[in-house]
Amino acid sequence: MSNPANTTERPSVTMSTRELASGTAEVSEEIAPSNVVFSLDDVSVYYNKFRAVRNVSFEIAKHEITALIGPSGCGKSTLLRSLNRMNDLIPGARVEGTVLYHGENIYDEEIDPVEVRRRIGMVFQKPNPFPKSIYDNVAFGPKLDGVKGSELEGMVEEALKGAALWDEVKNKLKESGHSLSGGQQQRLCIARAIAVQPEVVLMDEPCSALDPIATTRIEDLMQQIKNDYTIVIVTHNMQQAARISDRTAFFVTEVNNESDTRTGTLVEYGKTSQIFVDPHDKRTEDYISGRFG
Amino acid sequence: MSTATEATTLRSQLRGTKKGRYADPLFKSLMTTAGVFVLFLLGVMIVRTTVDAWPVFQKEGFFGFLFGMQWTAQASNETTNPDLMLGTYGAWPFIYGTFVTAFIALVIALPLAIATALYITQAAPRRIRNSLSYWVETLAAVPSIVYGLWGLLFFVPVVLMPLFAWLESTFLGDTFLFEGPVRNVSYLAAGTVLAIMILPIMTAIIREVFSAAPQDELNAAYGMGATRWEVIRQVLLPRSTSGIVGGTMLGMGRAIGETIAVAMLVGGSQRMGYSLFFGGDSMAAHIVSTFADAYPETIIGLMAIGVALFLFTFFINILARALVWRVGRLGGDSAV
Repeated sequence: MSNPANTTERPSVTMSTRELASGTAEVSEEIAPSNVVFSLDDVSVYYNKFRAVRNVSFEIAKHEITALIGPSGCGKSTLLRSLNRMNDLIPGARVEGTVLYHGENIYDEEIDPVEVRRRIGMVFQKPNPFPKSIYDNVAFGPKLDGVKGSELEGMVEEALKGAALWDEVKNKLKESGHSLSGGQQQRLCIARAIAVQPEVVLMDEPCSALDPIATTRIEDLMQQIKNDYTIVIVTHNMQQAARISDRTAFFVTEVNNESDTRTGTLVEYGKTSQIFVDPHDKRTEDYISGRFG
Repeated sequence: MSTATEATTLRSQLRGTKKGRYADPLFKSLMTTAGVFVLFLLGVMIVRTTVDAWPVFQKEGFFGFLFGMQWTAQASNETTNPDLMLGTYGAWPFIYGTFVTAFIALVIALPLAIATALYITQAAPRRIRNSLSYWVETLAAVPSIVYGLWGLLFFVPVVLMPLFAWLESTFLGDTFLFEGPVRNVSYLAAGTVLAIMILPIMTAIIREVFSAAPQDELNAAYGMGATRWEVIRQVLLPRSTSGIVGGTMLGMGRAIGETIAVAMLVGGSQRMGYSLFFGGDSMAAHIVSTFADAYPETIIGLMAIGVALFLFTFFINILARALVWRVGRLGGDSAV
């Protein structure tokens, strides 16, 4: 990679303010302490000896959409999974530093990861409905909590409405979740995730397997539900981050030539409007103007 | 003239070389022959065994043979005329022995196989997982005579006998299933060693089924705050039912056909008993233990047992496939 510092003329920024999400205007620069959901301090994630992400510190605000962007291998998905301890399921994965959720360190020994994930839900890259009926997919989480009967039916309906899927599936709740289209399956997965009424929904490239129309529907959906949920989304798509997010964290990959390993780290974090219009870091600017990544 | 030459050249090129024109049909007919030959061999085997066993079926009647309680070998001079045969051939004691030992084996092995496969795929650290999988596969390949000897010389006398004696001394000893006396060869001893023999193959298959479950789906459940047990119970097991049924049926097929180890441990009596401590015989075990010094007439009876054994395995296979197909269709997952 050529050293970007050698380029003399600064490229004009690629995104104008009007392309940015209209709803981002009222986002304040600083996050009020009462609105902080996550506070990360010097977080590094290791897979055995390999350090995938290093020294990340930033805060995530309530009822906002926070986008994690950056080139592949920059550890943004790894970092996302460390927010609800999904990394625990990967043998050898380990987190250093502190991840505070409403002031509680979720990696504290006394913390039960099951309780963490119950409050911090997740939507994955590939739609992954269970090989069960549409109804049973959404009912899965509430059933774990022992919800039954008409209350369960109500929760399923509410979750499907919340995921803007109800009208399309209300007459075929008994059919397999796999009978739906890819975009519908992903909305089913969102319905399944919000059925347990989490506070946070983590989304790991939720649209990367979908066509543009399905992607638009999911993006609209995120805007609709952000008043009820705090959303953290990893995306490869910079336009998507610009369109939907309130704040953006930009990660880069540092290549260590000696050990031939790649470690991701946070370069710049701020309001999406600032990151895309007035990036402070040269690397951010190069990335969003399409110079690398 | 030149155009004609060109056309001929092109035409001859398009017709291809002789090799290309004849190789494919030749290969196809070779494959067809091989396939037909297997079917032919199977057919000859069935027909030949049935023909050889026919006098017994004539003498006892097919169901008389299957459900007859009496098996007595006698010598006679005329072995193809059913009216002149002297022995009595009722195979039910052996059929009962086969199924009761196989059933004991399944009851013991299935929960263990599922638990082991769950541990290997869901809980074990990577290093233990790999070595355990390797050892399970290896155990599945150990010849059955080794299990039989080990059972006869060590496992049954040292481990099972005290256990059986204790079982008999509890209230269970008053029920017909566990009625004494406790012998060192019995249905229960054979069934227990059979369980150990079919455990590796069942574990290997069920492990394979569990590993095939997409991690995505398990993650989805974990991501909703499901515990490990909930993920296993609600996601992994339901989507693996067809594979578990298939593995069970394969284990059952092995248990039914297993010969040497059962012959060494089941008892060898030609009668049957309802107590699991009774020393009876199974179909395969009876064939192998009496074949060497059987009267020519008795060979016919053993042939008939062979036919019955073939029919049972055939129907169990059909049942297994039907079950796997049905479960796979209802559960919506792909058959294994």
